[in-house]
Amino acid sequence: MSLTQALFYLLAGVITLSTGMAVTRKQPVHAVVYLVVSFFATAVLFALLGAPLVAVLQIMIPAGAVMVLFLFIIILLGREAPKPRDDSAMRWALPGILAIITVAAGLMLIASPQHQTIPLAMAKASARELGTYLYRHYWPAVEGISVLFFVALAGAMFLVREFKPKPDAQNEEPKP
Amino acid sequence: MTMWFAGFAVLLVKMALVLGVALTGAAYLVLVERKLLGRMQLRYGPNRVGPFGLLQPLADGVKMILKEDLVPQGADRFLFMMVPAVLPLTTLLAFAVVPFGTELTIMGQQVPMVITDLDVGVLFVLSLSSVGVYSLALGGWASNSKYSLLGAVRGVGQMISYELPLGLSLVPVIMLAGSMSLVDIVNAQADMPFIVYQPVAYVLFVLSALVEVKRTPFDLAEAENELQAGFHMEYSGMRFALFFLGEYLNMIFLGAFAALLFLGGWHGPVLPPFAWLLIKTAIMPILLIWIRASLPRLRPDQMMRLCWVWLAPLALLNILATGAVMLLKG
Amino acid sequence: MDERKGIITSAAEGTRGILEPFWVTLRQLFHKPITEEYPEFKRALPERARGRIVLTRSPDGEERCVACQLCSAVCPVSCISMQSAVREDGRRYAGWFRINFGRCIFCGLCEEACPTLAIQLTNDFEMSADDPMQLVHEKDTLTVDHGGRHPDYDFYRHAGVAVRREPGSHEDEDAPVNPKSNFP
Repeated sequence: MSLTQALFYLLAGVITLSTGMAVTRKQPVHAVVYLVVSFFATAVLFALLGAPLVAVLQIMIPAGAVMVLFLFIIILLGREAPKPRDDSAMRWALPGILAIITVAAGLMLIASPQHQTIPLAMAKASARELGTYLYRHYWPAVEGISVLFFVALAGAMFLVREFKPKPDAQNEEPKP
Repeated sequence: MTMWFAGFAVLLVKMALVLGVALTGAAYLVLVERKLLGRMQLRYGPNRVGPFGLLQPLADGVKMILKEDLVPQGADRFLFMMVPAVLPLTTLLAFAVVPFGTELTIMGQQVPMVITDLDVGVLFVLSLSSVGVYSLALGGWASNSKYSLLGAVRGVGQMISYELPLGLSLVPVIMLAGSMSLVDIVNAQADMPFIVYQPVAYVLFVLSALVEVKRTPFDLAEAENELQAGFHMEYSGMRFALFFLGEYLNMIFLGAFAALLFLGGWHGPVLPPFAWLLIKTAIMPILLIWIRASLPRLRPDQMMRLCWVWLAPLALLNILATGAVMLLKG
Repeated sequence: MDERKGIITSAAEGTRGILEPFWVTLRQLFHKPITEEYPEFKRALPERARGRIVLTRSPDGEERCVACQLCSAVCPVSCISMQSAVREDGRRYAGWFRINFGRCIFCGLCEEACPTLAIQLTNDFEMSADDPMQLVHEKDTLTVDHGGRHPDYDFYRHAGVAVRREPGSHEDEDAPVNPKSNFP
């Protein structure tokens, strides 16, 4: 088994485990944290499979923006009163190990010197090629998404507009 | 195999260099900030530890290590103790893509002066900056304190607001350079730094960066007057110091990022490339300190209005204009 | 935006409002700081500044304190404690006298309460210590050999056990009036 394969199975295990933990947690914030770990592992997996652009986008959008919004809502909804907690260290051993594995695997990938023979044989899809491909074959979808984004922006600007109450002709005092 | 080990050793040396410069820079940036702020307020600033207070960062470090490490009652222990590391970690990772000079030739071997030249470097940096907010949101939540929680909520709202204009303000630079690799972007500025072509993008970037570092006009997450210290109120000792390390590293990183994207990176006459990069990097932190000394804090709704109503549409218009000019010039 | 002002005026004012502070802070940068650097430069304190508490002596060298407990009673943080004792000649004094400067808030109420002007606050405020117990001062470190702010005052010349003299022979006292006579 090559190093690439070993890393792949390791990451796949981390993703499965952390997603499973995310589903079974009672505390919603913990579930979010597990899900973020899962997204990170997915991102590293993308990088491993030769899609650095998708990997970075995976961190930026689901892990960096969407889950932050989830967290925002969960925090705003309030938390339950703290229950008497069981102090077993084992309870936290698992997420710690999972996070360490993900970070270690990611660091190994990032640290691999790319200017010479690399231990991981990777076929990379560069951002430029991916973009060209998207715009050549799926341009209606890309344009559709950009229109959607524009509409959302216009809606946001409309929402924050200041609504001034119309001056009421009858109640208005005559100005000196 | 020997080549592989040599490459690995070179990589380790580069990492040690970047780590050393960044961490020392962050420690001394604290001193520079206190000195500058002091002089701007007709004070001296720290001047007791060593000549001109130059050993102050060391004294601060010793003090922080010796402080008691408190965990408040009812806190989520694991998250509380872990999340302060996230902020400095993400910022230090971002330094991995910062090139600090032209390629060196050592023993007939080309050694690029960057830890790793990702071809999605700019996006990598943006994604890390969006992850750093977990430190603040989870830290504030795990503290089981209402001020921390409010700070966390504000921080998250702030992060959602700045990320869009920050990303969009960089798109024209990527369009001009034709690459997202920071090395390629700097090489594209050999003749003329991009700030000449993109002054609007630079201003947008500086404003968004100002929101990102969460310093004075936008320090809503830790507003001393209304939230005591916001998300890091319950932290003490080295965990508290880690938040500050992250903040100051972030300032230096944004300085380096702005230098690479807009100010021409290491290009410059007479001085060696590394010195030029350091000088250009210093511009942003000093500007941030000056702004902190001069401007009062905004309200959260004013910050959101600035980001969503002014910065984001302006960045979009800037992309449109850049694209139109590039299309016309061919 | 102010409706009466028009967009250009308010925009100009807003820009000026943002940019002017930068000029102000930049100008301060080249000023000499007005800081008085403390250990090298010690500002002369006002005469009645409230610092370390001392127990003073009357002009004849005796202790002024009569251990009346008034300072202890008035102290808002209860940092003064003492035990009274009586000398053979009937004069009262403090057997032991203790002030915990770790608690003292230097309010000066003890000085106001003291009937014999024994307890007084001085200008000295440099009394930091490594150990909180070093801040607990006993009578021997509290007592000084001068009269403090009122060097000439002697309580026992006016009252107390030492003053067992005939009426009218006291200091500043007129001869007693004979109520049985109407001669002036």
